Amino acid sequence: MRLGTVSTLAAGVTLLLTAGCGGGGGETAAPSAAATTSAPSAGATTIVEPTDGPVKRAQADLVIWADDTRSPIIQKIAQKFATEKGVQVAVQQLEFGDIRDNLVTAGPAGEGPDVVIGAHDWLGKLVTNGAVAPIELGDKASQFKDVALKALSYDGQLYGLPYAIENIALFRNTALAPEPPKDWNALMDNALKLVKEKKATVPVGLQVGPEGDPYHFYPVHASFGSGVFATKPDGSYDPSQLLIDNAGGLKFAKALSEWSKKKLLSADLTLDIAKEAFTTGKSPYWITGPWSTEDVQKAGIQLAVDPIPSAGGQPSAPFVGVQGFMISANAKNKLVANDFVVNYLGTPEVMKELYDTGKRPPAMISVFEQVKSDPIIAGFGAAGDIGQPLPSIPAMDAVWTEYGHAERDILLGKGDPEKLMKQAAEKIRAKIG
Amino acid sequence: MGSTTTGGGRVGVHRPRLADHAPSSTAALIVKIALLAVINALGVYGVLAAYAVGDWGIAGFVGLATLTADYVYFSRRVTAGKYLLPGLLFLLVFQVYIVFHTAAAAFTNVGDGHNLDQPRALEHILAVSEKRIPDSPLYKVAVVTGSDGTLRLLATDPAGKVTLGGEEVTEGIVRDGGGKAVEVEGYRTLQLRDLVTRQEEVLALRVSLGAQGALRTQDGVTGFLARPTLRHDPAADTLTDVESGKVYQASSAGYYEAADGTHLTPGWTVNVGFDNFARVLTDTRLRGPFVSVFLWTFVFAALSVLFNFALGLLLALALNKPGMRGRNVYRSLLVLPYAVPSFLSALVWTGMLNQTFGFVNLTLLGGADVPWLNDPWLAKGSVLLVNLWLGFPYMFLICTGALQAIPAELNEAARIDGAGPWQHFRQVTLPLLLVSTAPLLIAAFAFNFNNFTVIYFVTGGGPNLPEAPITLGSTDLLISMVYKIAFGGAGREWGFASAMSALIFVIVAGISAFGLRRTRSLEETYA
Repeated sequence: MRLGTVSTLAAGVTLLLTAGCGGGGGETAAPSAAATTSAPSAGATTIVEPTDGPVKRAQADLVIWADDTRSPIIQKIAQKFATEKGVQVAVQQLEFGDIRDNLVTAGPAGEGPDVVIGAHDWLGKLVTNGAVAPIELGDKASQFKDVALKALSYDGQLYGLPYAIENIALFRNTALAPEPPKDWNALMDNALKLVKEKKATVPVGLQVGPEGDPYHFYPVHASFGSGVFATKPDGSYDPSQLLIDNAGGLKFAKALSEWSKKKLLSADLTLDIAKEAFTTGKSPYWITGPWSTEDVQKAGIQLAVDPIPSAGGQPSAPFVGVQGFMISANAKNKLVANDFVVNYLGTPEVMKELYDTGKRPPAMISVFEQVKSDPIIAGFGAAGDIGQPLPSIPAMDAVWTEYGHAERDILLGKGDPEKLMKQAAEKIRAKIG
Repeated sequence: MGSTTTGGGRVGVHRPRLADHAPSSTAALIVKIALLAVINALGVYGVLAAYAVGDWGIAGFVGLATLTADYVYFSRRVTAGKYLLPGLLFLLVFQVYIVFHTAAAAFTNVGDGHNLDQPRALEHILAVSEKRIPDSPLYKVAVVTGSDGTLRLLATDPAGKVTLGGEEVTEGIVRDGGGKAVEVEGYRTLQLRDLVTRQEEVLALRVSLGAQGALRTQDGVTGFLARPTLRHDPAADTLTDVESGKVYQASSAGYYEAADGTHLTPGWTVNVGFDNFARVLTDTRLRGPFVSVFLWTFVFAALSVLFNFALGLLLALALNKPGMRGRNVYRSLLVLPYAVPSFLSALVWTGMLNQTFGFVNLTLLGGADVPWLNDPWLAKGSVLLVNLWLGFPYMFLICTGALQAIPAELNEAARIDGAGPWQHFRQVTLPLLLVSTAPLLIAAFAFNFNNFTVIYFVTGGGPNLPEAPITLGSTDLLISMVYKIAFGGAGREWGFASAMSALIFVIVAGISAFGLRRTRSLEETYA
């Protein structure tokens, strides 16, 4: 019967296609082969480009999630590990911010990575959701800067191998401002003088954006003897003690309003505008971080990096962010992941290589000593030495928006500055509960 | 697919033999079989893949969908199904499933800290609670396997003493250059490849060293002494802190909770009944803003549709004149804003409307200081303006189409009866246009009611309202307010967000149903 032939044919094609689909599901055929045979094939490393839709785990023994700027570096470094150990490594590219959220969702679904590159302030979210596993550095811990280890610890456990320490500092165009300002008033006088003389359009690049930018304003705020949270005796932040509207915080609020009136700061200054002004030589100062160095140098601006001058008398402590390698709690290959992170990445040679390709201020003490002759790295180091780790507790999520809005509203002159700061603080307290 | 194009094989005609097909329909049949084979292949693959990860729901759905597809396209009876099936399947996956998923989530506390199920949360809590004993010595270890196949730790302590599974060994040891014992007689040392294969066992290895704690390894080469700080009692489902004796009890809130209210993380997802809905309705901080935000949302959606439709219609009428030169060029130009991704246009507009540095104030208005996005009322106007830019091409397109569908004799009749242009438009064109476009206008209203993109990218909901009891801006719509409430606190509350979305869904559905009923009366009058 004809129909019989048809269905046999259909079944045959179906089977063929199924086989084809099964084999072609991954990026490379080699990893699955390596996984099924006990003899290790020559180690290989692949980069998996981002795709639309939900994240799928790449097929390899060790899957690392990294952002687009770091994945080529990590791929290069992981290549050696793969060859030495005969394992398959895949570096999967994700947007940096997406790594955090996807680790929480894709991890438990079995599509997560073994290792991620991440920022320490994600830990609150990651630990609360059981997405990362503690890591044991053993004797190696002492080779890293203390602030880095502290930042990557949560509830008394270490959750990552620190690799870079980042904080903001004062960028100075030495053509417009040959000397570092001795305090905030000196910076303001020079900046406003340059604007008056039409040598600059933006007096100081302190970005605000539509929702404010408390991260970039923080050092100035802190210099008035304020902060976000008080610290507990063990050094961790206490979410029940919000400080933004303490006496220093209110002084800061009044100062902000004055600076806005003097046109030193503007609520309309966004990152793009600040960057444009500084890289075209139209602004003497820019408060920003290591991620901006390359743009400035490419633009041919003579750059000096200094600590941010104090406005309120106390040190201008920036938030310090620590980047590190973390191991997923849902890692398929925890053992390889630990071996890779602790024993392979945690060596001065690899850390130096990471620095050389990315130029991010290193967290390993010996590597930092080697590279601090670079005045820019030294400048960030000096600015960060007085810094505090960016709070990683989940309550911080409740702070950002209101805190930023308060600063922006003060700059816009929407009311009494002290009252605006207090209102924001009350809303934050209500959210934290 | 195939059969719809093969005249001979039409359903209802009941021609029994395939041989009756013309040669071209044989080709069509082959294409049909090939396509169905592909669908079956994907279906079987989907079932196997879902089966492999133990997801029975997906496996069942894919299997059923594949069988249905086979039945519908091989059967000669189901004609309507051949057209409807793909759409129905997509409707199930992309609409019905999501609606049910959201509705189901609205009755749980899923969100940050409650993303896992209880066994997984417990497993994680216990794993994290095992801490290295501070300042304890580090061991160099190798994992070896004996003749019985079980794994043991060959550990070298800092002094060079070697133990195998906790027992000291002195003979038959092979050491490497650093003094680490890498092999021992009678056992085979595992290399990384074997370690990878058996890593679950390796990671589970604990060599008890009495009161000191247990030796374990995480990487197969270094060992350290660790001790669990929490003990689980499966019978009572409690966790006890080994040092302080504090007891954490599994609570109905989805946490291990102590008597003093502190709890362990992570928690797990639990059913909370109508708690999320109750919270929306009883939270006094939400009640005040809700009314004003609802009104603005309604006004925003209504004005957006009105403005967009008015401008689209005006342009469509202007370009509807037959014989106009370059008409298609104008039409293509007008559709351009529609072709640019809306979030991109929105971002460009935000930059242009910047009060101090924006193109509009600096260049167009010669250095004016208009607070486009900083003043509450101007900001409302600005988002409507941006939304007009984004939305009028769509209205222009549908009006152009609808105008061409109006029979020419009606226009002629109106002209003969002596109707002026306004009367003609008001009494002939507009009513006939509304018959076909009204349902689309209602859809546009529903879309703009939840137009998160424009608000989020143009103003972020701002300018901020400092006096509001919650984080809120003057241009926030209900949907962006929900986003700020559910995701703006300490963590993301998916369950709560789902409950609020469900309420918005009810509102939009109600308004749309009312609107569609009114449309029907329009159709009865004019069509």
